[in-house]
Amino acid sequence: MALLEVSEVTVRFGGNVALDDVHLGAEPGIVTGLIGPNGAGKTTLFNVITGLLPPNVGKVTIDGRNVNRLSPTKRARCGMARTFQRLELFSLLSVRENIRVAADVHKGWARDGSNPAEVVEEIIERVGLTAVADARVDSLPTGQCRLVELGRCLATKPKVMLLDEPASGQSEAETVIFAELLQSLAAGGMAVVLVEHDVALVMNVCARVNVLDFGRIIASGTPSEIQNDQAVLSAYLGTGS
Amino acid sequence: MNLLEFRNVRAAYDRIDVLFGIDLEVPAGSVVALLGPNGAGKTTTLRVAAGLHPVLSGDVLVAGRRVNGTAPEELARRGICLIPEGRGIFPNLSVRENLRMMTYAGVTLSAVEAEAYERFPRLKERRRQLAGTMSGGEQQMLAMARGLATSPALLLLDELSMGLAPIIVEELYSIVAQVAREGVSILVVEQFASTVLGVADLAAVLVHGRIARVGTPAELQDDLSKAYLGG
Amino acid sequence: MDKFLTFTIVGLSLAAIYAVIASGLVLTFTTTGIFNFAHGAAGMLAAFTYWQLRFEWGWPVPVCLVLILGVMAPLFGVLLEVVVMRGLRGTTDTVKLVVSISLLLFMIGLAQLIWPPGVSRPMSKFFQTSTPINLGPTTITWHQAITIMVAIVAAIGLRLVLTRFRFGIAMRAAVDDPSLSALNGARPNRISMLAWALGTALAALGGILIAPNVTLDAPSLSLLIVSAYAAAIFGRLRSLPLTFLGAIVLGLTEGYLTGYLPQNQYLPGLRIASPALLLFLVLLVLPNPRLRGRMTRSREFFPMPSIRGTLVFGGVVIVGGVVLATTLSTPDQLTYGRLFPIGIIALSLVPLVGFAGQISLCQLSFAGIGGLVMAHLGHGGDPVALIWAVLISAAVGALIALPALRLSGIYLALGTAAFATILDRWIFTLPKFSVFGWFNVDLFTQGSINVDPLTAFGKTFNSAASQIVIGAIFFALVAFLVVMIRRGRLGRRLIAMKDSEAACATLGMNLFGTKLLVFSISAGIAGLGGALYAMQLTSIQSGNFDLVNSLQVFALSVVGGIGAVGGALFAGISLYVVLPVIGVLFPTVVRWVGLLPGATGIGLGRDPNGAVSQMRDGFAPLAGSPSSLLVMTLTLAALYGIRLIDAIDNWTFVGGLVIVPLVASVIATVSAASKERMLAQLEDAPDRTPMEWIGIDRPWTTEDLATLDLALGTSELELHGPA
Ligand SMILES: Nc1ncnc2c1ncn2[C@@H]1O[C@H](COP(=O)(O)OP(=O)(O)OP(=O)(O)O)[C@@H](O)[C@H]1O
Ligand SMILES: Nc1ncnc2c1ncn2[C@@H]1O[C@H](COP(=O)(O)OP(=O)(O)OP(=O)(O)O)[C@@H](O)[C@H]1O
Ligand SMILES: [Mg+2]
Ligand SMILES: [Mg+2]
Repeated sequence: MALLEVSEVTVRFGGNVALDDVHLGAEPGIVTGLIGPNGAGKTTLFNVITGLLPPNVGKVTIDGRNVNRLSPTKRARCGMARTFQRLELFSLLSVRENIRVAADVHKGWARDGSNPAEVVEEIIERVGLTAVADARVDSLPTGQCRLVELGRCLATKPKVMLLDEPASGQSEAETVIFAELLQSLAAGGMAVVLVEHDVALVMNVCARVNVLDFGRIIASGTPSEIQNDQAVLSAYLGTGS
Repeated sequence: MNLLEFRNVRAAYDRIDVLFGIDLEVPAGSVVALLGPNGAGKTTTLRVAAGLHPVLSGDVLVAGRRVNGTAPEELARRGICLIPEGRGIFPNLSVRENLRMMTYAGVTLSAVEAEAYERFPRLKERRRQLAGTMSGGEQQMLAMARGLATSPALLLLDELSMGLAPIIVEELYSIVAQVAREGVSILVVEQFASTVLGVADLAAVLVHGRIARVGTPAELQDDLSKAYLGG
Repeated sequence: MDKFLTFTIVGLSLAAIYAVIASGLVLTFTTTGIFNFAHGAAGMLAAFTYWQLRFEWGWPVPVCLVLILGVMAPLFGVLLEVVVMRGLRGTTDTVKLVVSISLLLFMIGLAQLIWPPGVSRPMSKFFQTSTPINLGPTTITWHQAITIMVAIVAAIGLRLVLTRFRFGIAMRAAVDDPSLSALNGARPNRISMLAWALGTALAALGGILIAPNVTLDAPSLSLLIVSAYAAAIFGRLRSLPLTFLGAIVLGLTEGYLTGYLPQNQYLPGLRIASPALLLFLVLLVLPNPRLRGRMTRSREFFPMPSIRGTLVFGGVVIVGGVVLATTLSTPDQLTYGRLFPIGIIALSLVPLVGFAGQISLCQLSFAGIGGLVMAHLGHGGDPVALIWAVLISAAVGALIALPALRLSGIYLALGTAAFATILDRWIFTLPKFSVFGWFNVDLFTQGSINVDPLTAFGKTFNSAASQIVIGAIFFALVAFLVVMIRRGRLGRRLIAMKDSEAACATLGMNLFGTKLLVFSISAGIAGLGGALYAMQLTSIQSGNFDLVNSLQVFALSVVGGIGAVGGALFAGISLYVVLPVIGVLFPTVVRWVGLLPGATGIGLGRDPNGAVSQMRDGFAPLAGSPSSLLVMTLTLAALYGIRLIDAIDNWTFVGGLVIVPLVASVIATVSAASKERMLAQLEDAPDRTPMEWIGIDRPWTTEDLATLDLALGTSELELHGPA
């Protein structure tokens, strides 16, 4: 059984089916890709997993534990962390303080004897924000804001990390560095789920890729399988270039 | 003839200068790509052109007429259409009500609806949904619909491809090319050069609030590569 | 049965008025994003104007109606939009709320200025002399029938406007994003003026309809519409049909309460408080909102306070307290001394509103509880009672927080306002009662209750002077505490929560616990302030702690700057120093003084960060110049010395206190500027291009191309290798 396991999740908004019987698993040590056209339901699936949106049907387990009835807070304490497509930073605080909030919260319930201040410095170094650590986040360009959100997740020492379009707003050069970071995080034993429209990035870092279309998983497999899948080509990747 | 022209335009936020004397021309009927790194001032340039941001000095000309200080709504009614970065939609209005807002530019609702639904059938399914609850990409389609349905003379596009599936980006850029063929002048901002250079007639590079380079896409590519290989 | 029908009709016509007012509220909210607390006050002004034209000057009814509803009210709305509301774009809920509360206070002041209270101003109903319409078992008056008709027409008309007409859609669009609506070609300013004109006209209509049923009194008429607020909340401030339904439920409830509530000494207060109670209940049954994500970017910014700065601030406050205590006469000490306890109550708002973004309009109620605890447990000035005051207020705060916490923003504000009303209209007026027979409660014995002065270290601090110094010391301590909260873990957590609850929850933060904590801390601080306030007053009554007082303190704290402790001091000083001083200095304008708290709040839109932040900017050069600071301090000390030996009087002294820092600041600014000019001349570079641009002015080089290329990603990265 995978570390994060989503089964039979269905979400309806009025008459629209946003997710239809979705199954998804994420293993530690690898990056799992989740791609799909706009409106396929990727963000909705993240909302279901993190407990921000109750599904009509379905089950989410982490480490074999059913978390269906748990609040977002409790789920986070089971080792889940996420970033947001539309950035949910603490805009009045500096980069360092943003990450510190998360580190303090983690320390507050985990009581693991770590020193939040040190944890924060390590993370800032690791995600490459040293130069802007004292800047207020709302003065930063989108690309760096994404890194702050990532850093904030890391401070909660998650087992599973859900990233919603973390590279959008990053330049191509930043994306290359970001890819390395993701791979090293996964190599450290974390399960990473990546939603991204930058196909090159997804194919580069993911060991497995799932494709969502109109709320259904239409394909899953290794990057090369996906790139040659006819359904995926016509629904998402397009035929050009 | 230039549909849009910047002559030595300077602009600032509070007291922080952002544009340091920009000269830029968008010839009628052509697609101009404005490229540049984060924070270079691309968005600001477009906001100035749309009348949303004041000019400190210099002139902005539309079809040869100086328009410094003209209100954005007046420019919009005269056919300048900016699709802003991020969400260019009203989240608390339904899709249909969003389309209704587009009729201020002087087209009828039925024309707007026909055009929008034809290009993006997804919007027709969603016409009663609150726009803010749609997915990021669906919102971008709705925003783009204004550029297509109101038949503007000048279309200003800010980071069109951000957060969109490759297939949609491809489709949007083919639409951009098509719209350009119909005679609309387009100024498009992107961070990723590779996506726009395919459709642009001219490209300008903006760095730190100055135009560093202007040329055809081929020249730009060439120059950049040559610099590396020769150096 | 007849009685039932009669009260049904009473209820329905009440419901109709609520519906008109509430739909006006919904209209302004959906079209401007502002929950207009002053909506009722606009109706009140219209009612007074109608009385003036119709009954005082005897103009014919149609002329009055057309003039008020068609001309004056819309014009007033336009005026409001242009002068006040336009500046509020991009500000927080708190700032918007304060501006509308200030407007409410201002309008009440204005009405009382034009139509002095205490005069009876009877108004007759429409077609009062015509025979009522017969409905079989009962009758309905023309006034009632007209009211109901008007409500139905207004509801249908508004719905059409907002969903069918393009300008209605444009009004809603402008709330989402005014600049985008300009990009669409709509004219946002004009549309927003139209929205305010329409909203104000509806308020006026409601005011004119309701006024004949009640006495024409400015404050009560303005606040009477709390029930209308409840109806609007029923529709979640968006849905007109639900608002209409809510109005019917509320109207009928009130009608039946009037008809069937048994008579006893505990319940009259309940009837008066029933709208607030209903509002509270409606808020409780609202479905749980989804976790809030990040909202629009606001212009708010409060810098991190430094410890050194806070210590200096605390020192200045204590010295200021000593100066007041040694220079003022006893009656003046009693007046001005209140600035510190009220300042502490204002401080209680800083963590709650400033950091956590939770709005509370019932801080004076917590203070009242603190005061009552002091009165009942603090016999002989027992200092332990102060601790009890803090603890019990904090506990009540937590209790209120439990139901209120699901709410946020404007809903929380209304919930706490309702709580304040319930307390001061009902609970605080209860005669002696016993809880389950074993515990006797007698809150404000005969309307007022005495409080003993503090006794500690074997000394009773009963003089007004010693009370001032105690107040100043407590203020400084609490301010320090608040700053420590801001600088610490909790402060960051609160600010994070204000920004994005969704993000906090997914990081594992316990939102509920955090909110509960900050609510209790805030209520505890308010309780402390209340206890000290009570000791200073020596005898307290429920009126000291009512909603209007809460509103004033809230408004002025926000005007001062709600994110910083200086804002709280500002609130205390403006309410208990500046206003009385103006009253003494300019007795002729004393009637206008009532307008001031409102007037200051109305200007808030210009700078949502508050007055203190502006002053801080103004005095920044002074803080950077130790020599000027030293000279200023010495001059002030000398001035104080001269005052102590009675060589000058208080007015000269105060004048000196104001002028010396101003002069010092001007000198510091000028010298800083000249120093800068000198530095500029020393630099040999004639054009002062900032360092980061220098590269740009060079000719275009290969290196630049490489940087650019990296940023743009136009070519393969591998090319960077040693080719
Ligand atoms: N609150 C809601 N009410 C109604 N429909 C909704 C709501 N939230 C999402 N939807 C719909 O559910 C579908 C899935 O949306 P979702 O945001 O998950 O897409 P996505 O895959 O993340 O797309 P994108 O890549 O564009 O962000 C969309 O069609 C959207 O319109
Ligand atoms: N509202 C604002 N207030 C102050 N400074 C701003 C504001 N908006 C932008 N800036 C600053 O102006 C500069 C140019 O910003 P602009 O948004 O035009 O850049 P851009 O080229 O569009 O960048 P991006 O690729 O990140 O969208 C940046 O340094 C930015 O920090
Ligand atoms: Mg998404
Ligand atoms: Mg931009």
